Amino acid sequence: MKHPLVKYLREELLPTVFCPGCGIGIVMKTLFTAFDELNIYPLDKYVFVSGIGCSAWMPSPYIKADTIHTLHGRAIPVATGLKLSRPELEVVVVGGDGDIAGIGGNHLIHAARRNMDIMTIMINNQVYGMTGGQLAPTTPQGFRTPTTPYGNIEYPLDTCQLVAAAGANYVARWTVTHFKQLKESFKKALKKEGFRFIEIVAQCTSRVTNRMKVSPGEYMKSLLQKSIPIEKVNNVGDNRDRIIVGEYVDLNKKGYLELLKEVYKIA
Amino acid sequence: MRQSFFWSGNLALAEGALEAGLTFYAGYPITPSSDLMEHISRELPKRGGVFIQGEDEIASINMVIGASIGGAKAMTATSGPGFSLMQEALGMAIMLEVPLVVVDVMRLGPSTGQATKSGQGDVMQARWGRHGDQTLVVLAASSPQNAFYRIIEAFNIGEELRTPVVLLIDELTAHLWETVTIDRSKIKIKNRRYGRPGEPFFDSSDLRIAPPMPKLGEGYNVLFTTSTHDGFGIRKTQDPEVHKKLATRLKMKIWGNVDQIFRYNLCPNNQEDFDILIVSYCSTARAAKEAAELLNKNGIKAAALELETLWPVDYNKLGEYVNSSSVTLVPEMNLGQLIYDVKMVAKNTEVIGYEKIGGGIPIYPNELINLAREVLKR
Repeated sequence: MKHPLVKYLREELLPTVFCPGCGIGIVMKTLFTAFDELNIYPLDKYVFVSGIGCSAWMPSPYIKADTIHTLHGRAIPVATGLKLSRPELEVVVVGGDGDIAGIGGNHLIHAARRNMDIMTIMINNQVYGMTGGQLAPTTPQGFRTPTTPYGNIEYPLDTCQLVAAAGANYVARWTVTHFKQLKESFKKALKKEGFRFIEIVAQCTSRVTNRMKVSPGEYMKSLLQKSIPIEKVNNVGDNRDRIIVGEYVDLNKKGYLELLKEVYKIA
Repeated sequence: MRQSFFWSGNLALAEGALEAGLTFYAGYPITPSSDLMEHISRELPKRGGVFIQGEDEIASINMVIGASIGGAKAMTATSGPGFSLMQEALGMAIMLEVPLVVVDVMRLGPSTGQATKSGQGDVMQARWGRHGDQTLVVLAASSPQNAFYRIIEAFNIGEELRTPVVLLIDELTAHLWETVTIDRSKIKIKNRRYGRPGEPFFDSSDLRIAPPMPKLGEGYNVLFTTSTHDGFGIRKTQDPEVHKKLATRLKMKIWGNVDQIFRYNLCPNNQEDFDILIVSYCSTARAAKEAAELLNKNGIKAAALELETLWPVDYNKLGEYVNSSSVTLVPEMNLGQLIYDVKMVAKNTEVIGYEKIGGGIPIYPNELINLAREVLKR
């Protein structure tokens, strides 16, 4: 018997290239469960746009929908152009922390500022996994990576805080251990307009957990232990060693397309 | 019906793009191209199109690519530094076979250079700016009149061959105001060719014919990928044959149509051999034409060959003209770029470059006349 969610996959291209224990599979299953519970199938009106990195491979080639695999960091502007030319399509960006918050960081800020009608899923494994686990903008302080052999001295970026401040309609962070919460966030975000951003903190088994000599399961347990609900946080800056989870913002501002309609009335 | 307008080069490009059916524009302000964008920001929403100002040139060109994949006729305009920033995305547009138009209003570089002054230094960047084996089409405009028609041609080539097309104009022409006369009944517009599911959207048995575009949102489950892919868009990053086939096809769909794409003007065109041939493009072609006319009045058999296409170049055609002349002059507002093409095709004929840069000062006809006389005295 087939797994009921296999219908969302390009079966002929399985198995995936992801390493055993990778967090991307969990995110994929959670997203498909959200689609399934919303009775969205097939994904004919969904287009997935991704950049370069392991997470970019989640939709391309595996999700059975139209997929566009673009350049490193540029998925958001490609998705923006597509959404503006085809407003009836739902455009979802999937990428890693290096792709979305590193090289593509400027596009992220401005898509959030415009409240552009796209949903962005950022899988944060805290390193550049595909290229060998080097320093990412999200790498915690002290982390040893191939390019921080003496430990990372840089402060990591809180991408959710950034995107919330830039003006997105919906911002949430979970870890791969928060299946139900993440699923509910996906369901909520899929139904909203404007810019929606969901970050999922995940494990990289090939570049992080094996170097730390811990199993993916143990690492996931530590992600859960480090998590603190946003409701319990008074000052984000005081919780740099924790993973703040929950909804940063949930607004109902007009999305870009709604605002664009005003232009057509006076043009 | 013929109608006349008083337009600058940039305005003529904007109007030509609208005439071609532009529905999406994304751009970032940069001198000397901003007035083109400003005009489109006013006009495009009136026609139901979408205008957006990107956060930078990288965002703008990527938005154009996304819009074109969605089915829009899309373009951007920029100048030297912005054009440099767009190169990686142009490589993506070549690989994904996405029609689009980029106008590069050439200013004086390198780097920020003399930002408000005219130059012609982007010929090689337009041809070769991307990494890897890649080919696109580069057109050139020398007046508001031909700018209007060249950009329509740019959109048509883009749609026909599923390729990005770069249109080069220099600052002098972009801000030159002249009468433009157009006859709408004679304008031909090519639109998107869509394929059906199951068809290969990234392969063609005839290397000269681009495959049709897939339509998104129809349940085709289209795969677009910047990695090497087979005819169905499936990533094949290990197979040498797939890569060779793809890269060769991407090149051949352009070069196989060189006879259609390569356009030029010979003035005067009533002679078979010349004492002096002046090969040029963009604003310099105007001076070359006037110089050739004046030289002819003084008994020197001269002609000006204006290249309206800078890539691909029909080298046989170019060679025919160059080798019909005792001497060929190549005046450029750079330190020599097109001259390499002319030297390559020249056999037993002298090729002399005339390089003028700085301050955006044009190459004047009398400079070319004096140079021609000097050369012929030797």
